[in-house]
Amino acid sequence: MSFLVDSVIMFTSQVLFFGFGWLFFMRQLFKDYEVRQYVVQVVFSVTFAFSCTMFELIIFEILGALSSTSRYFHWKLNLYVILLVLIFVVPFYIGYFVVSNIRLLHRQRLLFACMVWFTFMYFFWKLGDPFPILSPKHGILSIEQLISRVGVIGVTLMALLSGFGAVNCPYTYMSYFLRNVTESDILALERRLLQTMDMIVSKKKRIAMTRRQMYQRGEDQNKQTGFWGMIKSVTSTQTGSENLSLIQQEVDALEELSRQLFLETVDLQGTKERIEYSKTFQGKYFNFLGYFFSIYCVWKIFMATINIVFDRVGKTDPVTRGIEITVNYLGIQFDVKFWSQHISFILVGIIIVTSIRGLLITLTKFFYAISSSKSSNVIVLVLAQIMGMYFVSSVLLMRMSMPLEYRSIVTEVLGELQFNFYHRWFDVIFLVSALSSILFLYLAHKQAPEKHMTL
Amino acid sequence: MASLDRVKVLVLGDSGVGKSSLVHLICQNQVLGNPSWTVGCSVDVRVQDYKEGTPEEKTFYIELWDVGGSVGSASSIKSTRAVFYNSVNGIILVHDLTNKKSSQNLYRWSMEALNKDSSPTGVIVSNGDYDREQFVESTVPLLLIGTKFDQIPENKRSDVLTRTAFLSEDFNAEEINLDCTNPRYFAAGTSNAVKLSRFFDKTLSGKIGHSSTIFHRTGKRY
Repeated sequence: MSFLVDSVIMFTSQVLFFGFGWLFFMRQLFKDYEVRQYVVQVVFSVTFAFSCTMFELIIFEILGALSSTSRYFHWKLNLYVILLVLIFVVPFYIGYFVVSNIRLLHRQRLLFACMVWFTFMYFFWKLGDPFPILSPKHGILSIEQLISRVGVIGVTLMALLSGFGAVNCPYTYMSYFLRNVTESDILALERRLLQTMDMIVSKKKRIAMTRRQMYQRGEDQNKQTGFWGMIKSVTSTQTGSENLSLIQQEVDALEELSRQLFLETVDLQGTKERIEYSKTFQGKYFNFLGYFFSIYCVWKIFMATINIVFDRVGKTDPVTRGIEITVNYLGIQFDVKFWSQHISFILVGIIIVTSIRGLLITLTKFFYAISSSKSSNVIVLVLAQIMGMYFVSSVLLMRMSMPLEYRSIVTEVLGELQFNFYHRWFDVIFLVSALSSILFLYLAHKQAPEKHMTL
Repeated sequence: MASLDRVKVLVLGDSGVGKSSLVHLICQNQVLGNPSWTVGCSVDVRVQDYKEGTPEEKTFYIELWDVGGSVGSASSIKSTRAVFYNSVNGIILVHDLTNKKSSQNLYRWSMEALNKDSSPTGVIVSNGDYDREQFVESTVPLLLIGTKFDQIPENKRSDVLTRTAFLSEDFNAEEINLDCTNPRYFAAGTSNAVKLSRFFDKTLSGKIGHSSTIFHRTGKRY
């Protein structure tokens, strides 16, 4: 009986998550586009719903809600469904929509989509070879094979995003890095832009008039018959068209210049707005946060380096360690079991909510930046794939943040994976990503004032 | 060549509706072979014979400014785009007949272009709420062009045309529906070519300040 009640609860929550994913898709992601293929929206919402259900199950695990057997059952069910979606459904639809966009292959869409999917599966399988992720007791068709590979991709993504985010966040928040842009700088650039446009216009007017004259003369000359008429027409049009191609080249160069000036102006406008924002109360608050985050970021990079150099993987989770420290060093006595449950619930809850929110915001920004009306379907599906893999691997990694008694269910459900490997891999990629982001931002920051100087 | 003031016509619309192809077709009478994303603004020039066939015929240059981007762009992009909206003599609004959102976004586009004087930061004060009176007062002639006409299946065409008729009534503008990959639509003598010519004549009249009969609208639909 309780199993039925539990299933109803799970199902209701899944429907809620599905609805939330649907709304998010309509209101945020696709607000400038028309949804013509509803299957994209359904697939996105389903991925979102099942990923959130996994997090929900972790929370239930900590709180001890629902009976243990039904939790286990739902874990397994959820895992199978999400793996099915991530490995079969989404890649197939990505291939299908990509192929649909290419006009040549339009007739045999399904065939080519299947071919794309098989290629994807081949590379997906090959991905597992260089990594020591499995113990030999697993067969070839076990669920651990699939999860381990999904885990590798997801952990790489997580580490890349974390590394870049950890560096970019203080850079964006702190006003120390903002270049000084005045109104006159922007006006000067805008003037240059308009002057360039004027030059383009005058050259195009010359081309248009020359073409028109050539066309009219050409008509007149067609009336001239005979040998000499033909020779005359050849020579005069030749000089005419040589002139034209010269002017056309100048126009092309000017158009390229106008594009660059436009982009620079957009950049300066953006910086000016950020400067104005930093003077507001909210801006000052974020500036302060930025200092805080930069310290946190340096600490994380340091810890990652230590972990790799000393080949150490954290054995205890932060909650237990925190409690140990308070009990042993600070001498505060309290009920360990009771508090560890609540604190780990809060901590894990915060991690889950911030990671979901952070990922959705990043995906939205990314989507706005690169999508167009042709590619919007493909990009949304790619984002759904990334989101699914990200959430699956965050469950994997979250195991380390939970006290031992809660870890067991994750270990049981996901199978005997080499969890330590994933943490090590995360540290390595995080370090690489953070350091290259620092380098990249440093170069970008350096280059901009130089551009500015030439004005 | 006349050393005249500029006659500037903006071409506005969402990303990917076909503005660059349209401008190329209007100015060069050729189909654009490799359309690519417009960054910033691209200009082209059309040689127009004002009052063709009458003794007052004169040749003018009309500049078509094709401004790229979407209505949902960042405010820094919007502020930069506002630079192009100065002293405009006419606006061509382009929408994709296969994409309803692009038609709806035209309201926001027109507000952005006509409002640029009252909102220096580029943020639309009215939140996209469409104010019909503004269009009646404004003296800038508008033309509505729907693209990708060939991609609509035969049975849906009448619905689409009804929808665009409502749109053109809202904007108090003429409408043309075409396919930018087919130069036949603007061949001399077609009704589309006549509408286009009349629109350009209107912008020129506005510029020259003739209170001629060209202002009198002879009806939107044939």
